[in-house]
Amino acid sequence: MLRRNSWRKFVNYFMFSMTGLCALVAVGFLFFILAYLVWNGGSSLSWAFLTHLPAPVGERGGGMANAIVGSGKLLLLASAFGIPIGFLGGVYLAEFGAGSFPFVVRYTADLLNGVPSILIGIFAYTIVVLPMKHFSALAGGLALGVMMIPIAVRSTEEALRTVPLMLREGALALGASKWKTIATVVVPAARKGIVTGIVLDIARVAGETAPLLFTALNNQFWSPGWNQPIASLPVMVYTYAISPYDDWHRQAWAGGLVLLTLVLVANIVVRLSVSGRSAR
Amino acid sequence: MKKLSNLAIILVSAALVLTSLVAFHSSPSNAAPVPTPDTVMLNGAGATFPYPIYSKWFSDYNKIHSDIQINYQSIGSGAGIRQLLSGTVDFGASDVPMNDEQLGQSKTKILHFPTVLGAVVPTYNIAGVSQELNFTGEVLTDIFLGKITKWNDPEIAKYNKGVNLPAQDIVVVHRSEGSGTSYVWTDFLSKVSTQWGSKVGRNTAVNWPVGLGGKGNEGVAGLVKQIPGALGYVELIYAVQNQIPYGRVRNAAGVFVKGDLAGVTAAAGGYAKTMPEDFRISITNAPGQAAYPIASFTYLLIPTKIEDANKKDIIKRFLTWMLNDGQEEVEALSYARLPKEVVARELKQISQIQ
Amino acid sequence: MASTPIPTGRAASNRRAHAFIQGLRSGDTFAHLFTLLCAASILLVTVALVYELYINSTTAQHKFGLGFLTGRTWDPVSGDFGALPFVYGTLVTSALALLVAVPLGVGAAIFLSELAPPRISNALTFVIELLAAVPSVIYGLLGIFITAPFLRQYGEPFLKRTLGFLPLFQGPMYGVGMLTAGFVLAIMVVPFVISLSREVLMAVPVDQREAALGLGATKWESTWQVVVPYARIGIMASIFLALARALGETMAVTMVIGNDPRISSSLFAPGYTIAAVIANEFAEATADLHLQALIELGLVLFALTIVINGLARIAIIFTTQKGSRQ
Repeated sequence: MLRRNSWRKFVNYFMFSMTGLCALVAVGFLFFILAYLVWNGGSSLSWAFLTHLPAPVGERGGGMANAIVGSGKLLLLASAFGIPIGFLGGVYLAEFGAGSFPFVVRYTADLLNGVPSILIGIFAYTIVVLPMKHFSALAGGLALGVMMIPIAVRSTEEALRTVPLMLREGALALGASKWKTIATVVVPAARKGIVTGIVLDIARVAGETAPLLFTALNNQFWSPGWNQPIASLPVMVYTYAISPYDDWHRQAWAGGLVLLTLVLVANIVVRLSVSGRSAR
Repeated sequence: MKKLSNLAIILVSAALVLTSLVAFHSSPSNAAPVPTPDTVMLNGAGATFPYPIYSKWFSDYNKIHSDIQINYQSIGSGAGIRQLLSGTVDFGASDVPMNDEQLGQSKTKILHFPTVLGAVVPTYNIAGVSQELNFTGEVLTDIFLGKITKWNDPEIAKYNKGVNLPAQDIVVVHRSEGSGTSYVWTDFLSKVSTQWGSKVGRNTAVNWPVGLGGKGNEGVAGLVKQIPGALGYVELIYAVQNQIPYGRVRNAAGVFVKGDLAGVTAAAGGYAKTMPEDFRISITNAPGQAAYPIASFTYLLIPTKIEDANKKDIIKRFLTWMLNDGQEEVEALSYARLPKEVVARELKQISQIQ
Repeated sequence: MASTPIPTGRAASNRRAHAFIQGLRSGDTFAHLFTLLCAASILLVTVALVYELYINSTTAQHKFGLGFLTGRTWDPVSGDFGALPFVYGTLVTSALALLVAVPLGVGAAIFLSELAPPRISNALTFVIELLAAVPSVIYGLLGIFITAPFLRQYGEPFLKRTLGFLPLFQGPMYGVGMLTAGFVLAIMVVPFVISLSREVLMAVPVDQREAALGLGATKWESTWQVVVPYARIGIMASIFLALARALGETMAVTMVIGNDPRISSSLFAPGYTIAAVIANEFAEATADLHLQALIELGLVLFALTIVINGLARIAIIFTTQKGSRQ
């Protein structure tokens, strides 16, 4: 009996140490990634990098200013397209949805979420680039927008569902129509969750490269309007990373750091803003 | 709530400051001014082979004419042809001339404008070996067929007496996408080996018997640089700029020649007067003592009918500039200049663009 | 209450008409319609996506038929295209990623939810979730510059020495290859597994744990035999999420897999995944058949995604029926 107990005790300590090891390894890797990126990216980051255009191959210097602004433009377009549809779709599912049609919509949203981003790039290529006969920011923004929709739908729906039924019923009892209830009571009550979902959505899509490869292409110069190929941070980082030039590698790290910083800042701001609530 | 709104205000102001600095700063070298409505933008895409010189040309041309921005993306010769045929770019670029089937797919006639000459060189990464190795066409074929697998194989050692070749595995590196550089390489191998010709053939993308795929000349050079024992083929400038050793190749006359300017110019020299009218020609395995056997012209592919009068005008002016001033810049980047006769004929061809 | 018959007659239809006009006036009908259209557009987009994939690959479908799935050659010169090497590469790298990420992730999640003090647990989870948002090109960058050289110099020789009797660990070691790609994917999906698993583990009611402990179980026995099974649906959901991400990952994979459409028994060998080949060859496939074959590959990948999605849901339904409460 004692033997059995000490074996069980041993297993207890051992297995928990293993899980501790797992946690250490996982966290260790991830911290290492962060540290390496900050170290390499930081040392190559300079004011010139943020404000200059790319230099020709082999010429030192140059930066990614157009890629930073380009990513901003693409995300703006993607949000303009993806957020309204995603938000309103989420409203539909949460407020009007019962029965088989909403089920199908939810299933499709999950499916779309899991579709590899390269296929969405092909899709945008066939319906925007080919007919327009132009690689363009529009095509890239559309591809990113399509990727934003499923997440926006689900996070909006979930946020709206957390609003207590009482609030809705109270408004209806006071004579408000359903849409007024939604617009003036339910949505504002859920705004933290909705905004969190949207910001995280944008942050996630900001780092996508594959859908931009055959839609927005890339550009050495500034890209005015929406009709021209446009540079973006992820594509620039990719192009520079697979090159053999040391200078370009350094710039790739710096670009990666800028991208990561933007994504992290968005995440941190959003999480801090909801930190008052219970763990979610 | 207050914490969040404060933070948000700080972030938004920082973003505004940053954006305005980016938009309005004026700095000497690489910052092109924000384009005005008069700026004309052209888009071209294609070969990675000439990417270094093209990016220099388009950048310099923009410095001279700040209202003209020519954006060139090196996505591979095959992609350049494809996108030109699809009409998504204004011009294409390819190391391999378009074949009749591809030309037939285009509604307007497409002109080939040779721009520079370059060499495709075998580049390698062998511990302890920094000398130039000698390769024959047969040896390269056998390596790329997977028949020769180690660096100290007698077939390689035969032509490299005095070099200490280790018993290391050869890691073959080729292109992962459709590439004109691949075309030039496989064209050469097909010419020197009937087995390669029948088994694999010549094309921008082939079914490689062995090896890893890198994306673009950049990707191949990168892989070669990182993997010990690697052997890949790249355009000369990529080997030079990255300080990776490259070898000599035996030409049709039996001489081991380096892929430098002299060898490439000699390869083209024999063909300058006999070039076909549309400039589509292969100059691999060229005759002559000094000729480098894996040389190639690279082309800009320009449609004859361009609807936008502005763009048409710019393309014609750029081509003229390229054939005169542009040629002065090529040798610094290890490309060879076009022969004089070819330049003269191209200047005449420009008038065909309507 | 007895069910009332549906009112008929003029009074009833008047009431219905009145309600309809009321709805129109208050804008409810419009709101309903408008949001419904947005929800429907999701369906529209997905259907359009599948349609485009299908319609642009019909020639390839006719030429190869089902043999496309078993064809092993990918030869643009002769026009012979087969999907098997890419399906193989996709499945192998994803399986490898899960093999590494799931034990690591679930183990770490168990530690974070059961053992770690709450503040440390929250702080670490915060960081881990942030890293789930790291763009994939960065993982690719790290793959090229750190993981591949490391595996080539230390990792793969070590595996060869210890497990070299298995065909999985034989052959030349390049650094880039399926092992590296699987490894990089594992690092990419671990944050998802940890974050989701930890959440469901923490949601298991305290009484479950206390009941087990009250019966004399050690903490580990309580965790492993009671808490984890209780949370297994959520854990499985996290695994499927990780799998979906791994299947579709393009950039990081193409940077480290070697881009060679070959089926090898060795993990050291280079390989190719569907997403990677599309990314590399799509822009330039000059022959129509080549382009269509690539799009057909996209269709295969999409089908794979649907199948995995379906399997996930079925698995969840089964485990629910088996008695877990989540």
